[in-house]
Amino acid sequence: MSTLNRRGFIKAGGALVGALLAAGLITTNAFAADFPTAKVMTTGLAVTDTTVKVGILHSATGTMAISETGSIQAEKLAIEQINASGGILGRKIEVIQEDGASDWPTFAEKAKKLLENDKVAAVMGCWTSASRKAALPVFEKDNGLLFYPTFYEGLEQSKNVFYTGQEATQQILAGLDWIAKEKKAKTFYLIGSDYIWPRTSMKIARKHIEQHLHGSVVGEEYIALGDTQFGSVINKIKLKKPDVIYAAVVGGSNVAWFKQLNAAGLNSTKQTMLTISVTEDEVLGIGGENLTGFYSAMKYFQSIDTPINKKFVAEFKKKWGDKSVIGDVTQAAYLGPWLYKAAVERAGSFDVDKVQAALPGYVLKDAPEGPVTVEKNHHLTTKLRIGQWQKDGQAKIVYTSAYIKPDPFPKGYQ
Amino acid sequence: MFGYSMGDIGNIMVMQGFSGLSMFTVLLLMALGLAIIFGQMGVINMAHGEFMTIGAYTTVMLSKFAVQYNIVNYYFIFAIILAFVIAFAFGYFIEFIMIRHLYKRPLDTLLATWGLSLVMQQTFRSCFGAKEVSAELPEWLLGSFKPTPDIDIPINGVFVMGLALIVTAGVYIFMYRSRWGLRVRATVQNRVMAGAVGINTKKVDRVTFALGCGIAGIAGAAFTTIASTGPTTGTLYIVDSFMVVVFGGAASIMGTIASAFGIAQAQSILQFFMTSSMGKVSTLLVIVAILMVKPEGLFASKLRK
Repeated sequence: MSTLNRRGFIKAGGALVGALLAAGLITTNAFAADFPTAKVMTTGLAVTDTTVKVGILHSATGTMAISETGSIQAEKLAIEQINASGGILGRKIEVIQEDGASDWPTFAEKAKKLLENDKVAAVMGCWTSASRKAALPVFEKDNGLLFYPTFYEGLEQSKNVFYTGQEATQQILAGLDWIAKEKKAKTFYLIGSDYIWPRTSMKIARKHIEQHLHGSVVGEEYIALGDTQFGSVINKIKLKKPDVIYAAVVGGSNVAWFKQLNAAGLNSTKQTMLTISVTEDEVLGIGGENLTGFYSAMKYFQSIDTPINKKFVAEFKKKWGDKSVIGDVTQAAYLGPWLYKAAVERAGSFDVDKVQAALPGYVLKDAPEGPVTVEKNHHLTTKLRIGQWQKDGQAKIVYTSAYIKPDPFPKGYQ
Repeated sequence: MFGYSMGDIGNIMVMQGFSGLSMFTVLLLMALGLAIIFGQMGVINMAHGEFMTIGAYTTVMLSKFAVQYNIVNYYFIFAIILAFVIAFAFGYFIEFIMIRHLYKRPLDTLLATWGLSLVMQQTFRSCFGAKEVSAELPEWLLGSFKPTPDIDIPINGVFVMGLALIVTAGVYIFMYRSRWGLRVRATVQNRVMAGAVGINTKKVDRVTFALGCGIAGIAGAAFTTIASTGPTTGTLYIVDSFMVVVFGGAASIMGTIASAFGIAQAQSILQFFMTSSMGKVSTLLVIVAILMVKPEGLFASKLRK
C-alpha cells in the first residue's frame, strides 16, 4: 500500500509542478513530470525522476592523458551547461567518470562496469582506435551507447556508437585536393606513426594522390611510437625533395619531428607540409615557432570566427583556465552530450534502441564548428578546414570546404 | 646515380654522417648514468628514465623563469647544472631510503625501482599536468650551420654532441683518474676487501648511485632541445639505455661508448636505406644475434669468477 501512496504522492507533486509550469513559474522546456520514468525508460537504465547517469570513459592517467584530458573537460563543460538549462527531459545528468589509464583492456573492463553495474544511459568516451576496438564488443553485447570524439581511420560502423569526429576520407580527400590545386603539388612524401590510424590514412591518401590527382608518392615512412630520432628520415626527404610532406606523426614523436625538421633547415619557407595529426593541443608541446607556416587539415580550429564558437571558447576558458586551448577532438567531444540530449528528446525515451533510431537526420545547429548533420551511418556530415599555423599557436583558416558526407567504407580506397 | 646529382649525394652523405653521430651522442648521454649504476654497482634502476625527466622538467621550469626575467639566452647552462644537482640530490635520497636495503636482492631492486618510476610519473603528472611541455630555447640553439648552401647541420645536435663529450670525459676522469673512482672500482671488485682496507663502501655506493642519477638529469636537460617533456617521457628512453649498456658489456665505460656508437650508426644507416621501422627491427636483430654469441656484451671486464 505504501508504494501506491508514494506513487500517488509523486503524481500529485507532478501535477503541482505542472500547474506551476503552466503558470510560468518554472521555465524549463522539458520537465521530468511530463515524462514519467516508467514511460521513458523500460530497460533498467540508471534513470530516476530527477537524474540520469552518464559515463565518461577516458584516460586520465598514462601516455594518452595528454590528449584525452581535453575531451574530458569538453564533455564536463557540455554536461554542466545541459544541467544548467534543465537537463535531459527534466533530468540532471550525473557523471560517473572512469579512467581507462591508457590501457586498452582497461577500457573494456571499465565499459563493462559502467554498463552493467552503474547502468549508465550513455557513455562519452574512448580516444584511440585501439581503446574503441577494445570496448566495442562490450557496448554491442550490453547494447550500450557510446559517443566517440576522435577523428579516426573509418572502416567501422556500429549501431551502438556515434562518431562525432571525422572518418578518414572526410579529413584526407578535400585536404589533398586543396593542396594539389593551391600549391600545384605533384610529388608527396607520406610519413606517419606506426599504427592503424596513420597506416589506413596513408593508404587512402596514396590511392587518392595516384588515381585522382595524378601525382606520385616519392616516399612512405612509418615511425615507431615514441621514437625521437628523425635524422635519417629528414635526409631522405631532402634527397627526394617532395612538393608536399603529408604527415600523421603523433605523441612525443611529433614534437621531435617538428623541432628536428626546423633544425635541419626545412621550415615552411622551403617546404610545404600538410599534417592531419596536429591540433591546438599538440601545438602547446611542439611550440608555435616550430610550426609557423605549416598546414593542418581539421574540421575545427579554435580560431573559427563565429559568435557561437567565440562563446564556446570563452566558456571553456572560464571553466578550465585562460591558458587552455581547444583542439579538433576537444570540440568533437563537446558535441557528444548535446547530441545525446537531442536524441533522447527526439525519442522521448532513454531506451537505447529508441535513442539510436532518433538521432540520424538530426541537425545540431549550434555546434561550435557550425551546423552538423547526423547521418544514417552514425557519422557526422561536416566541413573540412585547412589552417595555417601562426607563431602564437593558433591557426589561420585558409580554406573551408563544402559539407562532406561521411563514408566510413570508401569504395576504391581499400 | 639513381637520378640524383653527385652534389646532392655528397651533401646527403655529410648530413647523414652527422645524423648518425648525433644519434650516437644521444644514446651515449642516455646510457652513461646507467652504465655507472647498472654497470658498476649492478643495480637495475628501472627509474633511470624518470631521473632524466627530473632534469627535463627542471629545464622547462627554469626556462619559464628565464622568459619572465628576459634571460633566455643564458639560462640553459644553469639549467644543466641545476638539473644535475637536483637529480643528484634526489638520487642520494633514494639510495638512502630504498636502494641500500636491497643490494643483496637484485631482483627486488628491479621491482622496487619500477614501483618508484610509477610513483615518480604520477608525481610529475600531479605537479606539472598531463600535457607535454617544451622548454623555451635560446636563439643560439635553434636553426642550423650552413657550411655550404645545401648542407644543414642542426645546432642543437652539435650542442648535445659537445655536452656528451664533456660528460663522458668527466665520467672517465672521475672513474679512472680520481681517488673516488679508485674507491668505486675497488668496491665493485671486492666489497669486503675494500671495506677491510678502510674504504667507506656505504658512502661510495651512495655517491655512485647519486652520480649516475645526476648524469641522467643532465641527459634529460639536453633532450629538451630535441623533444618535449611529459610525465612518461622517461619510459621512451629506458629501453634504449639498457640496450646500450647491456650490449656494451655492463661493467665497462668503453663498452658503453662503443656500443652506443655501433647501435647509432647501424640504425641511422639502415633507416636511410630501409624504412624507419625496418631499420630499427634490423638493428635489434643484429644485437640479439651478437648477444647470443657473446652474452657478456662487447667489452666484458676480465674478472676472475
